[in-house]
Amino acid sequence: MERVILHSDLNNFYASVECLYNPKLKGKPVAVCGRVEERHGIVLAKNTLAKKCGVKTGEAIWQARLKCPDLVIVPPNFDRYLKFSKLAREIYCDYTDQVESFGLDECWLDVTGSLLLFGSGEKIAQTIRKRIKAELGITVSIGVSFNKIFAKLGSDLKKPDAVTVITQENFKQKVWPLPVEDLLYVGPSTCKKLRSIGIFTIGDLAKTDVKLLGEYFGKNGVMLWSFANGQDQSRVSNIEATHTIKSIGNSMTMPRDLVCDEDVKVALYVLCDSVAARLREYNFYCTTVQISLRDNDLYWYERQGKLNFPTCSSTEILSRAFELYKANHKNNKPLRSVGVRACGLVSADTTQLSMSPDFVNMEKWQKIEGVVDKLRYRFGHHSIMRGILFADRNLSGANPKDEHIIHPVSFFNGF
Amino acid sequence: MANKIFVDVVVKYDAEGNIIPLSILWEDGRIFEIDKVVDVRPAPSLKAGGQGIRFTCRIQNKYRYLFFEEPRWFVEGS
Repeated sequence: MERVILHSDLNNFYASVECLYNPKLKGKPVAVCGRVEERHGIVLAKNTLAKKCGVKTGEAIWQARLKCPDLVIVPPNFDRYLKFSKLAREIYCDYTDQVESFGLDECWLDVTGSLLLFGSGEKIAQTIRKRIKAELGITVSIGVSFNKIFAKLGSDLKKPDAVTVITQENFKQKVWPLPVEDLLYVGPSTCKKLRSIGIFTIGDLAKTDVKLLGEYFGKNGVMLWSFANGQDQSRVSNIEATHTIKSIGNSMTMPRDLVCDEDVKVALYVLCDSVAARLREYNFYCTTVQISLRDNDLYWYERQGKLNFPTCSSTEILSRAFELYKANHKNNKPLRSVGVRACGLVSADTTQLSMSPDFVNMEKWQKIEGVVDKLRYRFGHHSIMRGILFADRNLSGANPKDEHIIHPVSFFNGF
Repeated sequence: MANKIFVDVVVKYDAEGNIIPLSILWEDGRIFEIDKVVDVRPAPSLKAGGQGIRFTCRIQNKYRYLFFEEPRWFVEGS
């Protein structure tokens, strides 16, 4: 039986929410940007007027101002975006329980099982579109199709506040003339490669011999070919599906460059505390620590190292992370951003015990940090702090565990 | 643009868990009784900016929107 899948995309999500909260912004080009003082000054989202001026997501504020001198810059309010994202998902859940989020502002819905209750896919899409507008005050564009890829493509075709239907009958007219980079998973480098062999549109890709694509791009080539021909079979996961956690990490762009070991240590402490607390929250130990460093020339690299014992102690993670930093950051260039990631996760319920004094010491630290977690839960994050963090409150003021936890997602999650 | 005015509200929670606003305490001390709530729905306030549960209330024979934007209540001022 043919499936009916909706892809719903909240238009200019961050910017729309900000404009809703501040009606004065109506009719002005608006961009939501990180704070310049914290050196997060890039465009996170923009409204339609700013888009018309050529403002792009990811640009620095000064670049955006050059293109659009009247641009109004507003700071982000992540709490609001989380609230609106949740409200939108609640509306989707009135029509199906197969709702799969793709970032904060996008969702796939499989409504195949709800057609008898609510009418055709297009009808459901129109109802959702009207409800989002009436109840949340922001607009949505929805693509309706028989697979996830074309549904996503459809939601990009007409914006804002619109519904696009792509069927088995019309996809050759609607989808095939589109440039190949519109397809999910065709990024800049794949696009370049495809063009070099004469593939410019999705139709070109669909008509190319699948064997040739397999030779050029491996199994990804075959995958893209099946996407272009509407043969994507991936399922929409259930709203309650949680994907397996493979690693837990945090990273921060610091308010100023880190110039000495002490600075780096402060930053690493903040990150390790957050990572370790999250490990304990999910009942994991990690066996590997990974750090990522970006210097002031924006050169970025990652290094990882094994731990002697699986642990969820921030002290242990920190000492490994700091070792990795000392061993690899030889040129001593000032660092702009740092990240710490705990990988090789194992369940905390079944671990290998040891008589080694190091192990006993680590267990002691884990207990202490468990108590710190409880204190922070009751009295707030800043109720108990490490002494070293007072060395520079600018660097250590952040609380990565509770602020900015927006998880990156993959199309293939849950499979 | 209308002002977003946060107000004190006396609210009744009934046994089913419904929320029914009874009266609004204005900033100057006046109390406005709500005669009737005629409509309840989630909605944005396009005039004052915000989003929450919108109660359409009849107060002294006029209809006014009262928003419950958790955890606060607001009205659209002129």
